[in-house]
Amino acid sequence: MSVEPAIAMDQVDVVLSGHTILRALDFSIARGAFVGVIGPNGAGKTTLIRLILGLIHPSSGTIRVLGMPVGKGRRRIGYVPQSFAADPDLPLRAKDLVGLGLDGERWGFALPSRSRQQRIQEMLDRVGASAYANEPVGTLSGGERQRLLIAQALLTNPDILLLDEPLSNLDIRSGREIIELVDEIARERQVTVLFVAHDMNPLLAVMNEVLYLAQGRAVVGSVDDVVQPEVLSRLYGQPVDVLRVHGRILVIASDSVVPFTHFEGVAHGQPSSPSPHL
Amino acid sequence: MMQIWGQVFQPGLFTYPFLIHAWVSASAIAIISAVIGFFVNLRGESFVAHALPRGAFAGAAAAFLVGASSLLGLSVFAVAMALGMGTMRRQGEKGVSTALILVMALALGDLFLTVGNAYAPEVFALLFGQLLGVSSAEMIAITILSAVLLLVVGAVFRPLLLSSTVPEFAAARGVPLTVMNITFTVLVALAASLTVPVVGALLAFSLMIGPAAAGWYLAKSPGRAMAYAVAVALSSVWISIVIGYDTSLPVGFLVATFCLIAYGGARWIHFSRSRRAPAPSQRPQS
Ligand SMILES: Nc1ncnc2c1ncn2[C@@H]1O[C@H](COP(=O)(O)OP(=O)(O)OP(=O)(O)O)[C@@H](O)[C@H]1O
Ligand SMILES: [Mg+2]
Repeated sequence: MSVEPAIAMDQVDVVLSGHTILRALDFSIARGAFVGVIGPNGAGKTTLIRLILGLIHPSSGTIRVLGMPVGKGRRRIGYVPQSFAADPDLPLRAKDLVGLGLDGERWGFALPSRSRQQRIQEMLDRVGASAYANEPVGTLSGGERQRLLIAQALLTNPDILLLDEPLSNLDIRSGREIIELVDEIARERQVTVLFVAHDMNPLLAVMNEVLYLAQGRAVVGSVDDVVQPEVLSRLYGQPVDVLRVHGRILVIASDSVVPFTHFEGVAHGQPSSPSPHL
Repeated sequence: MMQIWGQVFQPGLFTYPFLIHAWVSASAIAIISAVIGFFVNLRGESFVAHALPRGAFAGAAAAFLVGASSLLGLSVFAVAMALGMGTMRRQGEKGVSTALILVMALALGDLFLTVGNAYAPEVFALLFGQLLGVSSAEMIAITILSAVLLLVVGAVFRPLLLSSTVPEFAAARGVPLTVMNITFTVLVALAASLTVPVVGALLAFSLMIGPAAAGWYLAKSPGRAMAYAVAVALSSVWISIVIGYDTSLPVGFLVATFCLIAYGGARWIHFSRSRRAPAPSQRPQS
C-alpha cells in the first residue's frame, strides 16, 4: 500500500472570474480520515470539492489526489452531490440510478448481466435502500435519495468519498442516519471522507479532523486544535468566540449585536445548533 | 370479413413504389423520433424540439432557392440552429435564446421563400409534409441517416442519461456537460430534418414528443420507456398511412392525432394505476 496522503495541497490558490476564491491552501489529509468540511455560505466549500474533482484548476500551487495529479483516477473518487431533481413520473427506478454509478460515464449502454445486477443489489442493501429499489426515484424522499446517491458514488469502490452538504435537505433524524451510514461504510472500506456541512455539531462524534473554511482560507486539524477563538479569529479576520455547551460547539462573532440569529434543530426537543453566521 | 379487410387494406397499399417509400421512411423516422424524444422529455427540452423543425423549414426554403436537396438544406440549417442554441444557452436563459434563434430562422425562411418565388404547393409540402410523395432517393437517405442517428444515440446513451439526471455526478466522472448538451441538440436537429419532409415542419414536433411522453407514462425504466415510445410511434405512422391512403385525409393530421390519442391514453393509464397503487408507507419489502 502506498503511504501517499489521500489529498495533498501545496500553496493552492483558486481564482474564478477575477476573484480569489481560495487562497494559500496548504494541507494534507491522511488516508482513512473522516474530515468535516465546515464553513459559512460562500466560504468556498463547493469550490474545494470541485478542485479535488479536477473540475476547476488552481491558478497556482499543486494538488495531488491519491498521489496522482487531479483529474486522473476519477473512479477512485466517489462524489455525492447535494441532491437531484426528478419528477414523480420520471421512468428511472432507484436501481437504475444507482447502476449509473457503476459505468454511467462509459460509451454505449449497459448490457444487463447477473454480476452487474448483483453488485447493484449488494450496494442497495448496504445503504438500506433495497425496499425501494424498484420505485421511481422521483417518488422518493430526500433521505431516500441521499442513500441512493451514496450507493451510486460507492459502486466503483472509491478510496475517497466527497459529500457536498448531504444534510441540507434532511431533518435531524435522517441526517443522523446518513452520518452513521457514511461513518460505518468509511470504516469498513477504509475510505477517506470529506463531508461538507455548515454546522459541525452533528459530525462531532464521527469526524477525526475538521477542515474549517472562511474568507477563502482553510485550517485543518483536530476539532480541539482548530475550533479555538484565536485560530478562528485569525481565519475570519475578526474576533470570534467559541462556546462549548452540552457537548455542542457554537461559533459566534464577538462583536455581533444579536449573537444567536441562526438556530436550527429546535424541533424534536433537540438542543439547538447555531451555525456560524459571520 | 374479407370485404372489410379489402376496404381497409386497399390494393397497392404494400406494392406501389410510392407507398413502399412511405412505409419505409415513416418507420425510420418514427423510431428515431421516439428514441430522441425520450431524451427531450428527460431533459425537459420540448421547446427545443418544437423550435428546431420549424426553424429548419428555412433551410428547405434556402435549398429551393439554390436548387439543392431539401434534406440537405434542412439538416444544415437545423444543425446551425442547434449549435447556436447549444452555445448561447451557456450565457443566457435558455428559453430566450431558443426563441430568438427560432424567430431568426423563421424570418430567414420568409426571406428565402419570397426571393425564391416558391410556389404554394412547395411551401405547403414543407409545412405539412408529403409522406406519399417521398422519392426513392429520399427514402434511402432518410433510412441511412436514421440508422446513423440511432447508432450515435446508442453510443452516447449512458453519458447522456447520466448527465441528464445527475449532472454534477456526471461532471465528476469526467463527462463533459457542454459537449453532451451540444450532442443532444444536434441529435434533435438531425432527427427533425428527417421528419420535416415526411410529417411537415409544423407537425414534426408531435412525433417526437407524443410517443415519448406516452412511453414515459407507461414505463418505469428508461429502456422500457423507449421501447413503448417506439411502439406507439410506429403504430401511429402505420395506421396513418393506411387511413391516409383509404380516405386521403392528410397524413400529418393523422400522425399528430394518433400521437395525441396515445399520449392521452398513456396518461390515463398512468393515473388510474397510481390511484390503485399502495401508499408509499405500505410498500412491500422486495
Ligand atoms: N464560477 C465562479 N465564478 C466566480 N465566482 C464563483 C464561481 N463559483 C463560485 N464562486 C464564488 O466563490 C465563493 C465560494 O463559493 P462556493 O460555492 O464554493 O461556496 P460554499 O462554501 O459552497 O457555499 P454554500 O454553503 O452556499 O454552498 C462564492 O463567493 C461564489 O460566489
Ligand atoms: Mg456549496
